[in-house]
Amino acid sequence: MTAAVRIADVSQRYGAALALDRVSLEIEAGEFVVLLGPSGCGKTTLLNIIGGFAEPTEGTVLIGGRDMAGVAPKDRPTTTVFQDYALFPHMSLRDNVAFGLRMRGVHRASRASKADEMLALVGLEGRGDRRPHELSGGQRQRVALARALAVEPDVLLLDEPLGALDLKLRRQMQDELKAIQRRVGTTFVHVTHDQEEAMAIADRIVVMNAGRIEHHGPPREVYLYPKTLFTASFMGEVNRIPVQGGRAPFGPVPVPDGTLLIRPEAIRPTGSLHIGLCKVEDAAFFGTHVRAHVTPVTAQDLTLVVHLPQSQLPEAGAVMDLGAETYVVLTK
Amino acid sequence: MMRVLTWAYLAAAYAFVFLPVAVLVAFSFQDGRLPVPPFKGVTLDWYAKVLGNDDLVAALLNSLLVAVVSSVIALLLGFLAAHALARVRLPRSALMRGVLIAPMTVSYLIIALGLLSLFNMTGVRLSLWTAGIGHVVINLPLCFAITYAAMGDHQRNAERAARDLGAPEWKVLTLISAPMLSAPLAAAFFLSVTFSWDEFIIAFLLTRFDVTLPVEIWSMLKSGLSPATNAVGSLVFLVSVTLVILLELTVFRKRP
Repeated sequence: MTAAVRIADVSQRYGAALALDRVSLEIEAGEFVVLLGPSGCGKTTLLNIIGGFAEPTEGTVLIGGRDMAGVAPKDRPTTTVFQDYALFPHMSLRDNVAFGLRMRGVHRASRASKADEMLALVGLEGRGDRRPHELSGGQRQRVALARALAVEPDVLLLDEPLGALDLKLRRQMQDELKAIQRRVGTTFVHVTHDQEEAMAIADRIVVMNAGRIEHHGPPREVYLYPKTLFTASFMGEVNRIPVQGGRAPFGPVPVPDGTLLIRPEAIRPTGSLHIGLCKVEDAAFFGTHVRAHVTPVTAQDLTLVVHLPQSQLPEAGAVMDLGAETYVVLTK
Repeated sequence: MMRVLTWAYLAAAYAFVFLPVAVLVAFSFQDGRLPVPPFKGVTLDWYAKVLGNDDLVAALLNSLLVAVVSSVIALLLGFLAAHALARVRLPRSALMRGVLIAPMTVSYLIIALGLLSLFNMTGVRLSLWTAGIGHVVINLPLCFAITYAAMGDHQRNAERAARDLGAPEWKVLTLISAPMLSAPLAAAFFLSVTFSWDEFIIAFLLTRFDVTLPVEIWSMLKSGLSPATNAVGSLVFLVSVTLVILLELTVFRKRP
């Protein structure tokens, strides 16, 4: 089961504060969309509006073509995976997962078998008789996922579901989440503030800031070709270089006027955009790469962050010729 | 030395609390006409006499009935009020909480007098029901306060998840909220039952022909001291202790 979501001109006001400012977004059926942004950017508010936990001040939400105005959460074709799991502590895992089916009047035997099937899907086969308190955080989140998917929603909403897990487990769960989404084909709308998580799982990332959508697109596009300064810096570290009259501080560049954005790892000894000779200020080994601060010889005021290959740990004071392959210019 | 003093202090404290009860229970076995020293020997005659007294047994059953029924009603109303105030943001909800808890600060005598004049005005005849209403008035704030204090984000989120999965509100209450609050609900219920069971002044003023046990004991005392009164008192104490032990076993044992 899957459906498209259409959000048209949705605004949400809390008193004087504007949590969402005329947000419009089309989500395709079966798409894995990640709403990404810092806390307070409106991503959770938008998720709550899709799930029916909040009514927008203005605008409409259509799910599968149906207007959701005034439709309670229980009557929507959506279910939610909550950050704190919100499992029912007094019920076995099987009863937790089967709860939605029970509310839909499914008979005991068939809902139990469906629950076991869902538990197997999330890698918890044979644990149906356990209680939530016997599980680790990662396992609880799997149960929450199974419970939300058991009713075969058209749209699954995930509210920072991996936020409470440690880094290693989070990376593992991301892969599983992606694989499960591929298998069930349900539309997933996932909220996070972790840009690595967003890139790992999303078909499309929606970057939000201050109640607006800054940029949306596939991870590669959002990371490499951000449309705004906010998106560029939220997605990862970036060097900002002002360009005026076809000149950057370190010399002429073949780009229009504006702000030249270059990711640290895009700077290397070769490249179509020539930076020129740079002096290494310091360099440190970071495992996957060497992180260095360099200053172009022709622009002493400018410091660039550069990620160099592991094999190359330059001494401070060394001079190297650098360029950039991938870059983007934001014109004013 | 300090150790001995500590133990002595503890023993003195317990003696202070339990000596009256111990004396009461001891003299309920008195083989004689008066429950005062010297202790003349052990007999169960007074218990036989008490349990053979129809008025006393009827009062005992009345007390149980009033305690259980009024506690169930107080618990139900208190739980629903707590749930509503914890879930929905209402204007003046602090004031509403205050008004709900306010009867706790009013003396039982005042509540009883107020209800008495109310019943007189409206022409409601005094009975076990009117005493029961009085007990609901004193126990509802207690039930409300205990359940309201026990409600937290954990529970709110589980209720939200249940609604999201399609549960109508009455199923959220019966399948999620109440079971998750089973410990505080049981605590509130048992406390209400013990308070109602022991309560004298409201029951005294709001009953007429059928009376509760404390009222019956009061009328026994008017005809002077007797080991029979001690026997009744011991039975009342036994019931209260049983309730407290039940509370310990069911509610506090579950704490993780």
